[in-house]
Amino acid sequence: MFGPEQGHFALALACVLALIQFVVPLWGAHKRNARLVALAPFLAVSQLLALAISFFSLIMCAVHDDFSVQNVAANSAASKPLLYKITGVWGNHEGSVLLWTLILGVCGAAVAAFGRNLPDILRGRVLAVLGGVSAGFQLFCLLTSNPFDRVFPAPMDGQGMNPLLQDPGLAFHPPILYTGYVGFAVPFAFAVAALLEGRVDAAWGRWVRPWAVAAWCFLTCGIALGSWWSYYVLGWGGYWFWDPVENASLIPWLTGTALVHSAIVVEKREGLKIWTVLLAIATFSFSLSGTFLVRSGILNSVHAFANDPARGVFILGLLALVIGGSLALFAWRAPSLTSGGLFSPVSREGSLVLNNILLCSICAVVVTGTMYPPFMQLLAGRTISVGKPFFDAATIPLTIPLLLAMGVGTALPWKRAQLARTFSHLFVAAIIAAVGLVLCFWKFSGALPIACGALAIWVMAASVTDILRRVGLGHSSMSEMLARSRNLPRSSWGAALAHIGAGITVLGLCGMSGAQHAIVEIHVGETRSLAGDDWTLLNVHDYAGPNYRAMQADIAIRHNGRLITTLHPEKRDFTTQNQTTTEVAIHTNFITDLYGVVGDRHGTGADATYVLRLHRNPLAPWMWLGGLVMAIGGAFSLSDRRLRVGAPKRAATRNMAQA
Amino acid sequence: MNSTRRGLLTALPIVGAGVLGVGFWKMLQGMESGGFDPRAVKNPNVGRPIPQFAMPGLPGLGDGFTDKELRAETRPVLVNFFASWCIPCVQEMPGLRSISRNMPIWGIAYEDKPENASAFVQRDGTPYARVASDRHGRVAIDWGVTGVPESFLVAPGGRILWHGSAALDPQIYEAEIRPRLAGL
Repeated sequence: MFGPEQGHFALALACVLALIQFVVPLWGAHKRNARLVALAPFLAVSQLLALAISFFSLIMCAVHDDFSVQNVAANSAASKPLLYKITGVWGNHEGSVLLWTLILGVCGAAVAAFGRNLPDILRGRVLAVLGGVSAGFQLFCLLTSNPFDRVFPAPMDGQGMNPLLQDPGLAFHPPILYTGYVGFAVPFAFAVAALLEGRVDAAWGRWVRPWAVAAWCFLTCGIALGSWWSYYVLGWGGYWFWDPVENASLIPWLTGTALVHSAIVVEKREGLKIWTVLLAIATFSFSLSGTFLVRSGILNSVHAFANDPARGVFILGLLALVIGGSLALFAWRAPSLTSGGLFSPVSREGSLVLNNILLCSICAVVVTGTMYPPFMQLLAGRTISVGKPFFDAATIPLTIPLLLAMGVGTALPWKRAQLARTFSHLFVAAIIAAVGLVLCFWKFSGALPIACGALAIWVMAASVTDILRRVGLGHSSMSEMLARSRNLPRSSWGAALAHIGAGITVLGLCGMSGAQHAIVEIHVGETRSLAGDDWTLLNVHDYAGPNYRAMQADIAIRHNGRLITTLHPEKRDFTTQNQTTTEVAIHTNFITDLYGVVGDRHGTGADATYVLRLHRNPLAPWMWLGGLVMAIGGAFSLSDRRLRVGAPKRAATRNMAQA
Repeated sequence: MNSTRRGLLTALPIVGAGVLGVGFWKMLQGMESGGFDPRAVKNPNVGRPIPQFAMPGLPGLGDGFTDKELRAETRPVLVNFFASWCIPCVQEMPGLRSISRNMPIWGIAYEDKPENASAFVQRDGTPYARVASDRHGRVAIDWGVTGVPESFLVAPGGRILWHGSAALDPQIYEAEIRPRLAGL
């Protein structure tokens, strides 16, 4: 029932359905034929069904060790644990493209299911655009990266999987990250549909925002998870390397964050319309190009996929159609969109404009730093690399005003703010930030970490005091405050939570700037001290795992003679793949990570010495914890009832009357 | 804002995307024809004389060599850094054997146990005219090696003419090395 041929057929069927989903509703909307437009949701759901069958078939091939399927033979092995047989399906190029299209299908079906309060014509157009993008990527999958290709004769066993990828963190990282990338297809489709329609209004801002927020939550989680993975698996003690692949996820996150904020201005003030449409197009375009640049091998990265320039040409053509087409439409139709009223610079919308300017400047810096080496090589023939010093020097000065504005922004009212009143609202937060500054002087070293740390505290304090002020702390009774806090829109709670999350992440980053490490070569029984802790190598022993041989070290860490923990880092030798991995040992109390890695053994017997890498990483867990809090904040604002019910119904009836 | 300015501003994104797109297309074309390699590593020693070194040999494979012996060669020599633990080096071996019919290749075993390196080289017949052992990778640092396999074309007298950071095969020999030999 779910063999490779069935999967291949289902994929082809999905591609045909996607093409119909692209053409028919657009034609129907053009001809004002409501019946053709109404087909779109059915097509979206059936396309998802076909894709799900196709994806499930590929999983079944991997689970049943069907090595006649080239993809399974190349990436799986009979001895692989079941979990990794399943997750390994998306650990390679072909399978991940199929997952990508599946998620796009899920997005389409979600618009069909949750978009019932949208005007039919708009929903039809949105689904048509999603169908077009889907069709393109399914063609890419079928023609250049078919996961169901067969080999003859079928090998007895597969070639196995990179042992680095045999990790639960990495197994679930791609689906979450892809959901973030692909999720921005929905705001993109809304933007293109609005350009086709020639109308952007407050209702459009309200419809597009939840989709952008949902995608943003997944992207935030995906980036945090990826960073955490590189921290505990790669064993370098680092968390962000400004690697092109990491930048490829950061760039759409920055424009996506700007989009989530600018859509509020569209909703509340009918301003920034053209800009928001552009951001929606840009965010998805960056998601797509990031994927493309990595897959084609143009960007030199440690996260290598099998590079194939021919594949690159196909996907570049696809990008030219999707991005070029939408931007051409933008150039043609955007000038006719009417913009809203004027803003006062000191107002909520003014601060959101500042937020957009700063986020997009940071994004421009990251894009420049990422694209500079390949373009320099193309134009001048010189190979250079742009690394951490450039990115740090260029992004941190932009982050400082961003953090400052984050605190002020939420305290400002719409339209026009009175400065004196705003300052009185922010007085408590400013005092807390001043205390934070003293704390940062004490704990962090270096001007930038101190400044950023104090600003992070400022952001968190301003978010908390803003919520407290709104529920009426200080001049209301407890029951009144409870009632007010229940009536406060969920989106306000979500925004406060997300800002607190950002503050936590920034504090984590500041803490990590004071990370200390030492590389030592010691005998068993010797002790080295690092930042006040004594690390003693107690013992080293070898053991055999299921498909590897391991060397495990026992390292005791004492502080003033009191035992804190014993770490057991390992070095594993996967003999069949001829690859070594390090298993980092981390002890955390959520304030400081103690992080140990065991390296090479030199010499034999009692004379042997071991290379150990010892790290003390202050506030490291906060970086990812903050990401999680940000995503929870986003999810919380999604549950706001304004996003689910209300005004859209009326607009829908009006639209159909026109049709 | 007047409408012409609006029109120009809204056309900016597609112009920018177009420029980037043409650039990417050129890069992809270059990658297919071999003219553009995003993973290329520029070695600063190309065009300079070889650094000084003296290395022991591998068990059963002679005495090793020094920079003086390499300088004293009257024919161009291909110097190849390899290791038994390096998968691309294993894949490179047949290519090296075919190149060795045209010119001498001197091998340097990089951060490898001498007995492993020796067994690796002799497994299917050695492509190397001479082999030396850089047990701790010190010599490789002087040469500016960033990984294995990497190869250097050394002219008589000891000047480095060319550097490659990929596994060698006859195509690379024909395209990159042979034209340079003709100029000597």
